[in-house]
Amino acid sequence: MNTQTVPSLSLANPHPPGATLQQKIALALVGIGLLILLLSWAGQASWQPLLSFVLSFSLITAGGLWYARDIYRGLPEGIKNNGVMFRSLSNRGIAGWITGVMITGFYTCLYWYPEWLRGLIQLFDPFSRALRGLAADQWFVYGSFYTFAVLLMGLKFMLKYRHNRYQIIRTVSVMFFQLIFSFLLPAWMQLLHQPDFYFSYFWPLKAEYLFPDKIAYLTGNYAHLGVFLVFWGAVMSFVAVPVLTYFYGKRWYCSWVCGCGALAETAGDPFRTLSDKSLRAWKIERWLIHSVLVFIVLTTVLLWLNSWKQGAVLGQFSQAFSKTYGFLIGSMFAGVVGTGFYPILGNRGWCRFGCPQAAILGLFQKYFSRFRITTNGGQCISCGNCSTYCEMGIDVKAYAQRGQDIVRASCVGCGIFSAVCPRGVLRLENGSIDISERGAELRL
Amino acid sequence: MKIVIIGNGIAGTNAARFIRKRSEHEIVLISDESWQPFSRTALMYIYMGHLKTEHTYLYEDWFWAKNRIERVFGRVNRLDVQARRLWLNDGAELSYDKLIIATGSLPNKLGWPGQDLAGVQGLYHLQDLAGMERHSPGLQRAVVVGGGLIGIEMAEMFHARHIPVTLLVREKSFWGNVLPAEESEMINRHLREHGIDLRLGAELQSIVDNGRGGAGAVLTKEGERIDCGFVGLTVGVSPNVGFLRDSGIELGRGVLVDAYLCTSDPHVFAIGDCAELRQPAAGRRPIEAIWYTGRMMGQTVAATICGEKTAYQPRLWFNSAKFFDIEYQVYGDVPARLPATVSSLYWEHPAGKKAVRINFDTATKAVTGFNLMGIRYRHEVCEKWILDGAPIETVLQQLSLANFDPEFFSEQEKQIVGQYNARQGTHLQLQSARKLDLVRRFLISKSSI
Repeated sequence: MNTQTVPSLSLANPHPPGATLQQKIALALVGIGLLILLLSWAGQASWQPLLSFVLSFSLITAGGLWYARDIYRGLPEGIKNNGVMFRSLSNRGIAGWITGVMITGFYTCLYWYPEWLRGLIQLFDPFSRALRGLAADQWFVYGSFYTFAVLLMGLKFMLKYRHNRYQIIRTVSVMFFQLIFSFLLPAWMQLLHQPDFYFSYFWPLKAEYLFPDKIAYLTGNYAHLGVFLVFWGAVMSFVAVPVLTYFYGKRWYCSWVCGCGALAETAGDPFRTLSDKSLRAWKIERWLIHSVLVFIVLTTVLLWLNSWKQGAVLGQFSQAFSKTYGFLIGSMFAGVVGTGFYPILGNRGWCRFGCPQAAILGLFQKYFSRFRITTNGGQCISCGNCSTYCEMGIDVKAYAQRGQDIVRASCVGCGIFSAVCPRGVLRLENGSIDISERGAELRL
Repeated sequence: MKIVIIGNGIAGTNAARFIRKRSEHEIVLISDESWQPFSRTALMYIYMGHLKTEHTYLYEDWFWAKNRIERVFGRVNRLDVQARRLWLNDGAELSYDKLIIATGSLPNKLGWPGQDLAGVQGLYHLQDLAGMERHSPGLQRAVVVGGGLIGIEMAEMFHARHIPVTLLVREKSFWGNVLPAEESEMINRHLREHGIDLRLGAELQSIVDNGRGGAGAVLTKEGERIDCGFVGLTVGVSPNVGFLRDSGIELGRGVLVDAYLCTSDPHVFAIGDCAELRQPAAGRRPIEAIWYTGRMMGQTVAATICGEKTAYQPRLWFNSAKFFDIEYQVYGDVPARLPATVSSLYWEHPAGKKAVRINFDTATKAVTGFNLMGIRYRHEVCEKWILDGAPIETVLQQLSLANFDPEFFSEQEKQIVGQYNARQGTHLQLQSARKLDLVRRFLISKSSI
């Protein structure tokens, strides 16, 4: 007797022959949107900037969301990492290198050749005027792209992790802070002829907020609001950072609030496996990130000394110092390398190796925080999913397989290690005690 | 002292690591499977594309030099326990003072016609993964025989590559000889939700040659023919001890060992899947081919060899697995069929993908075991309740202490207690939160029993 096997009636659709028709249409929409964007860049937006802008972004949004919905729709909830290691984009393949070069090139234009972006700036002009009453410039284009990427890819991320409330709430949080605090609020302040202040960044990441000339500028030109902004920056740097980090670890900022984190956790998610987990990389990380911190602290101190001595300390070098920081760290490291190299170094290259804010938060996290990762008894099977999917390059498995709690300065508490663990071994905790020694005899 | 370990699975590797921790003995670790000790349980994730092979390595490369563990790639052909010497397949000769056999298992082949055709295999070694990889391109259907942990893994693997899978399960329900009916049924549903062609109560008769020496179809005892290009045999494993037949070491199904994991030869020990305990602890089997026991045996034998004679005491039974998207943890004794003296509280989430089962002694009310489906519970907390003989009603009131799900996950403990109250007419209230500090306090507290 020869019975044919029943064709699968499952919604899981285990045998798709490739992209479905819906996915093809969705991707076509994205393609058209990108084409309009490219044409505008090439200078064609002058024809109908508003129409081009609306068309382009509507098509990319609609197509992108439609595609994301279609690839996850009907699939049972759960970890969706099938084939991650086979993808060219997320494994330093051809697609990865092309993407890396394109983003890096875009950043290069942005920082040093903004005139090459004239077409794009034109495209964003009507939007900029409506939002903040100013003509568009390259920074507005950049901020818009950035926020757009966080929102669109954040929604995709939420679809992917819809079974995990920690991931959903965390993603809503980074999307919210990016949209409101890093995009709309500064724009509205400009509309009201106020300074474009970023409430969710503070010294030392936004180092100039505590530089003497910036403070003089804010308090001098914006009276009460200026004083409030300076006060806000100082309180965040010196009160909120230690207190919140004591209770929740650095994650309250790095993977819930920060804009760099927002992009890394959303658009950067496919690249999280690329971070180097070796002991060598950890050593480089500690040297680099703390050097940047020392550099920015020194710069700040020198600038204040100089200001106090009315220019006697640095003379004409005072500007050179902050300029050097701005060029090396702000532009090269955070921008070009940090984001442009997502497909090469992973999505947290800047956060791990360079960010002085992360360095401070990390020091608090390591020495004065209730935050830790606990392991569940002897359940670890050393599979390596936790380490592989750690964007900060922490070899989580090395701890978990010894049944050891994990307190690491770099951990941003994204919680993905816990999600991908197939044995339920790892958990983020806020607890006042180190329980590493618990059940010591059980420890292996 | 020179210690030679045959097999670099988790048992052998852990033995080496703990011997180094305790001593300066010379350590040689032999394997012909992989130069790098890796996580066997992660093989499925390599095939599915979650991980690359190097992600599954137990330690970074510097670890072996730093800890002076010499690795040898080769297969042991012959062993002379009198001379304390062994020979590898390339002719090399090694002497030892103590020998640890940690050669693991081989997938069972139960004598089916066609079981040695190409494309018919189990999943245990790295080489088995390569075999699956070799047969995957163009594969129209895979048939997996066996409704256990490796069977469902193989089904998930092919499913991840969009290769249709038929899963033949001899029992009436998936893993029906281990899981109680409700949990087993949950996995049946979940397998079908994923589009696996699940055949319950179906037994393999034979495998049909495709005319080229490879698998072409399977015939079931029920008279069905299922065309396929690959047949996975996952009906359990047996100790890999064939090479010891003439060694003089006493063998049963595995290498027979005493409580100190010592074989019939005082200089030879056996650990992990290949070891067969002459007198297993009450309620435990002589051969337990799972990751955790291998790991514990490695640590135990290291103590004995380094002079601190230590009996193998596996403590309370625990295990875990993941069935597609549903995680599974077990602590203590949760048999498939409930003994007459034991009661069971089973709560299932309405969506049918989460469940908690707590077994307890009907007379004394002491809890005896936990099954968790899609919910994570703390190992140490459950273990302490069971070892303390904590009564079910105490456990229910403290139940939140055990919850190990990530933050913001909805906690189900209230519903579980509510269900117990409804059935028993009690008015129990949850009295604990899942705070780490409370857990710590509970764990260091003396048993109140």
